[in-house]
Amino acid sequence: MSATALPAPAAPPARRHLSYWLGATLLALALLVLLRLIGNEYGWYAGYFVLQYVVLAAAWNILGGYAGYVNFGAAGFMATGTYTAVVLYEALGLGVLPGILGAAVVAGLLGLGTGYLTLRLRGVYFSIATLCLAVVLQTLVVNWDYVGGSRGAYVIRPMTVPGFVSYGEYIFAVMLALAVLATGIGRTVELSRLGRGLQAIRDNERAAEAVGVPTLRLKLIATTLSGALMGVAGAPLPFYAGYVNPDGAFNLAYAVNTIAMPLIGGAGTWLGPVIGAVLLATLQQAATVTISSALNLWITGWMLVLFVALAPRGILGWFRKR
Amino acid sequence: MDPTLSLLLNGIVSGLLLGGLYAAAASGLAVSFGMLDIVNIAHPALMVAAGMAVVLVGTALGLDPLLVAVLQAPLFYLLGTLLYRAYHHFFERRGDEALQGLAFFFGVMFIVEVGLVLLLGPEQRFLDPDYAFVTWRLGEIDVPLRMLAPALLALAAIAALWVFLRRSFTGLAVAAVAQDPEALRLMAVDPVRIKRIAFGLSIALASIAGGALVVVQPIEPGSHQVFIGRVFAICIMGGMASLPGCVLAAFLFGVVENLTASFYGPSWSPAVAFGWLLLVLAFRPQGLFGRLA
Repeated sequence: MSATALPAPAAPPARRHLSYWLGATLLALALLVLLRLIGNEYGWYAGYFVLQYVVLAAAWNILGGYAGYVNFGAAGFMATGTYTAVVLYEALGLGVLPGILGAAVVAGLLGLGTGYLTLRLRGVYFSIATLCLAVVLQTLVVNWDYVGGSRGAYVIRPMTVPGFVSYGEYIFAVMLALAVLATGIGRTVELSRLGRGLQAIRDNERAAEAVGVPTLRLKLIATTLSGALMGVAGAPLPFYAGYVNPDGAFNLAYAVNTIAMPLIGGAGTWLGPVIGAVLLATLQQAATVTISSALNLWITGWMLVLFVALAPRGILGWFRKR
Repeated sequence: MDPTLSLLLNGIVSGLLLGGLYAAAASGLAVSFGMLDIVNIAHPALMVAAGMAVVLVGTALGLDPLLVAVLQAPLFYLLGTLLYRAYHHFFERRGDEALQGLAFFFGVMFIVEVGLVLLLGPEQRFLDPDYAFVTWRLGEIDVPLRMLAPALLALAAIAALWVFLRRSFTGLAVAAVAQDPEALRLMAVDPVRIKRIAFGLSIALASIAGGALVVVQPIEPGSHQVFIGRVFAICIMGGMASLPGCVLAAFLFGVVENLTASFYGPSWSPAVAFGWLLLVLAFRPQGLFGRLA
């Protein structure tokens, strides 16, 4: 990494990466220990709910936050991951970890394909295409009997996993690792040449192109990476719930939350999506218990509109000087 | 007549009628997205909201849905001007259209859809006027009035808009604001006011399209989702800012979608819209009738 021309970073890059991975791993371990001490199945359930949004928000941020290209199809990419895991389970009896790998490959390819067809044009065309993508994928899944069509598919979870108290704790730990990984990938992108290229695209694509930034290639890398991570977020869903149907996998909540969380937390920074996801998902998890889920989503929609209008730099923007 | 030929002819005719409805839905977008460069992805959601209003008012007062749609159009015009005021104040003025502006309209779309669910429940609603059950027969070809009446209203509204854009000073200014807002300012015309009027008109068209939609099919709050792909595909295919291009593209699209539904099954029609959109974006982003920009 040649950062000599830019203002000197505070610490050498290698050490800054090491401190993130160490710190995040310690935090994750502390969370695991804490929840095991509480020992309540609901703690893992709610934790999984919040963490899947950390992965989704971090994934969206790679393309949306750094490059400014809005992906509305988070539910579609995520459901692609979910159904890849279902197919791998039904066809080969594979568990959650191979399912995650398969989901990353399939959803990444989907991102690459969508990006290749639409990213050479203005950004809005990519956004419109992703908006339709979820509708079409849902039609395909509903008409696809192998994965249960609209009736849904069942996955039989193992009763126990060695080293874990319950399968609930295991699937929570998997999602926790994915959240650390996704945030770390987002952070690595931000600090690398790729991230600086994407930010140049966001600020002025023509100028970036003119000074030699390979814009199409960077955008395609970001779309693939972002799509793959969204698929990864969806892969454990059938194992977490034991059952999945198109309405659940393509839930509108995923689409709106994935956009609202990074924008509310602070898009274009690696920490923003984490803040937004933890804040919003925790609020929603608490509110679902008390008020209806539709009202819950309605409030999220209003928060999204109010934040982009009044605080376009998100919560992190309040603490940073322009 | 040969049954396949008869099916084909009927498919084309009802596709053309369906195209009338699509023209109504897409022409509003041709104004906002095509002429004003405002990516209003909430347009189909507002259309469905207008349809819901038509069902409620029409049922309560016993009025014809198409009449209610025309009567409520001024209210939707006002709603559109308010929406544009907010959009201009927070996004266009700051140059934040790309990311924040899109997220804004996505949020509006979401608020409208979930708001309708909260207000009216997720179930389907319908309002059938008497003529909805009448079908004219021209030889082998069926012309259901359920399709014909909305298509005619839609074409009349688009024709009126076209005359307005071509003949009136304000209409010409709308065409001009798309090309050069600064030049407009030099001629003592406020480009923001012109854009506000044009955006209001596009939402008024959404009201008419909503009324047309109610006559054609029952609607539910999530109905707008399948329309997003359709209307953007039609709008881009028609060459963005051209109303005649938009109408032609809508007819073509209606026929293709309807033939696919007749010969391969109706569950594939959303896939047609999406495949079409991707093909247009990949190979002819300037539209079927447009020139290279």
